[in-house]
Amino acid sequence: MDLTSINPVLLVASLMVAATPILLAAIGELVVEKAGVLNLGVEGMMIIGAVSGFAIAVETGSPLLGFIAAAVGGALLSLLFVFLTQVALANQVASGLALTLFGLGFSALIGQSYVGIRPPATGQLNIPFLSELDVVGPILFSHDLVLYLSIAIVAAVWYMLKFTRAGLILRAVGENHDAAHALGYKVVRIRIMAIMFGGACAGLGGAYISLVRVPQWTEGMTAGIGWIALALVVFASWKPWRVLLGAYLFGGVTVVQLNLQAAGVAIPVEYLAMSPYLITIIVLVILSKDKSSAPASLGRIFHASH
Amino acid sequence: MKLTKLLTSAALALGMATGAMADTTKVGFVYVGPVGDGGWTYEHDKGRLAVEAEFGDAVETTYVENVAEGPDAERVMTQMALSGAKLIFTTSFGFMDPTINVAKKFPNVKFEHATGYKTADNVSVYSARFYEGRAIQGTIAGRMTKSNVIGYIGSFPIPEVIRGINSAYIHAKKVNPDVTFKIVWVYTWFDPAKETDAAKALIEQGADVILQHTDSTSVLTAAAEAGNVIGFGQASDMAEYADGPRVSSIIDNWAPYYIERTRAVIDGTWETVNTWDGIGRGMVGIGEITDKVPADVKAEALALKASIASGEYHPFTGPINKQDGSVWLKDGETADDGTLAGMGFYVEGIEGDIPS
Repeated sequence: MDLTSINPVLLVASLMVAATPILLAAIGELVVEKAGVLNLGVEGMMIIGAVSGFAIAVETGSPLLGFIAAAVGGALLSLLFVFLTQVALANQVASGLALTLFGLGFSALIGQSYVGIRPPATGQLNIPFLSELDVVGPILFSHDLVLYLSIAIVAAVWYMLKFTRAGLILRAVGENHDAAHALGYKVVRIRIMAIMFGGACAGLGGAYISLVRVPQWTEGMTAGIGWIALALVVFASWKPWRVLLGAYLFGGVTVVQLNLQAAGVAIPVEYLAMSPYLITIIVLVILSKDKSSAPASLGRIFHASH
Repeated sequence: MKLTKLLTSAALALGMATGAMADTTKVGFVYVGPVGDGGWTYEHDKGRLAVEAEFGDAVETTYVENVAEGPDAERVMTQMALSGAKLIFTTSFGFMDPTINVAKKFPNVKFEHATGYKTADNVSVYSARFYEGRAIQGTIAGRMTKSNVIGYIGSFPIPEVIRGINSAYIHAKKVNPDVTFKIVWVYTWFDPAKETDAAKALIEQGADVILQHTDSTSVLTAAAEAGNVIGFGQASDMAEYADGPRVSSIIDNWAPYYIERTRAVIDGTWETVNTWDGIGRGMVGIGEITDKVPADVKAEALALKASIASGEYHPFTGPINKQDGSVWLKDGETADDGTLAGMGFYVEGIEGDIPS
């Protein structure tokens, strides 16, 4: 056992990278659920984002265009969910599952010619002086822009939900769509925008995996991260900063436990392997003892005739 | 993917309606990952395609990919058997009990389970002696490492993986007494992001050679990112990384076995067998050793390969002690297949415990 072989600075830097895809997907889903829609298709939108971001980045040589394409791809796929649940009024759970299945299959199809290709490297922030600082530099000032964007999105969502009129309306739609409708708010239109935002975020999260975290395309490479993001929203009691905390905890403990294993720490590996799930759930459950509950209209179908 | 699973099931259902009269032999394949993983499942699918090429219209193959190890596997196998498959290959260790269970229900269907050890009247097992390839990897790794730290990414603590670790360690140690192994278990066969995290953790802790026993190519990507780190293709050649970190590879070649077993079913000569072939019979191939490896190391590795292939040398030849220091093999003694098949211990010198 040799803990000195773990470099804490590199560790923190890599746990931030590991947490970002979950964070992006979860913050998008949080907005969707705050609007009263349960979209279980996060995994599908992520993988579509992963493949479209990868494909466009490879074709154009620009990771930035790749990330934009990923957001567009995720949002486009979420339109399918919009059509099913907001227009055809289909069951949201079934539609979300269908979205995941479709996304996984479709991404495998379009990704076939991209296996084994290296994407263009995503640029990292390099501020003279700041990025060269000893400990703070690698942790705070030398990541790629998308990582900072993900934190900015969390802050923006928090601000929007808490302090703006738009946020209030969104929450009203999610809590009681009939009342919001009676007040004259366009329930369906607001939900469509929320769903597309969620799709774009999930797409970004997927592309973060295929362009930054793993830099390659492999079928099914999201490997269940979308489901973890979904669970995280619930355990974080639909609160943006707790989603951030949960994502960093989960990503963090995952990376830490692998490092501990490599360092030969005398904790049985099976406990280490389950620790990310366990610790994240325990912390968030303790935090949520204030009984904040789900949006009241979550998953219910809205029809203007009611 | 899941969609393909649905489509395949639909195709199976159609096949049930039309295939009853046709004189084709149906062969099913159950895969644990996606065909596009570039590794384990990819090679099994190459075997399936070889069967199609060999027999043409006389066989019809179907496959389902991304089948979870567990109850879902039984459902997939049952569906294959119901739709008329006469021979079903189940290609992951975790499909062992599901295969045995389903085989009981369909005595007329032949099953072939990869890397397991439970047989029945209609269940054969087959595997490759990957540890022979690991011996060669270990030799190259031991010679190539500058930090003397070799990282090893394990999937699940099953005998097949433990054998590989032991074999690689013994041979790395033989050529480089200072070498240490850092072993990380990721508890998955296929999760590119997690495999990358594991590789990064090992690299950050000083490993400059990474061996993997997981299925995707993401470990090689992580090695390429890091720069002065080398790795090996796992299960498949992964030659697209040849000008980068990949210096050689272990290639699984299932095609001859799949063709032979399919022919046995067609001819009605199928019997339960326990096949365990290695480099000698071509089931394990060693991918081209690149120029990154110095010529003398390459020659040493190839000589080792030749002596294993001819049967002259066994990678587990004594004296070898177990981790606790007790004697496992005496001088000159070689390991018997029974012990190897159920191997649940590290050899002396490896640090850490095997998760139970």
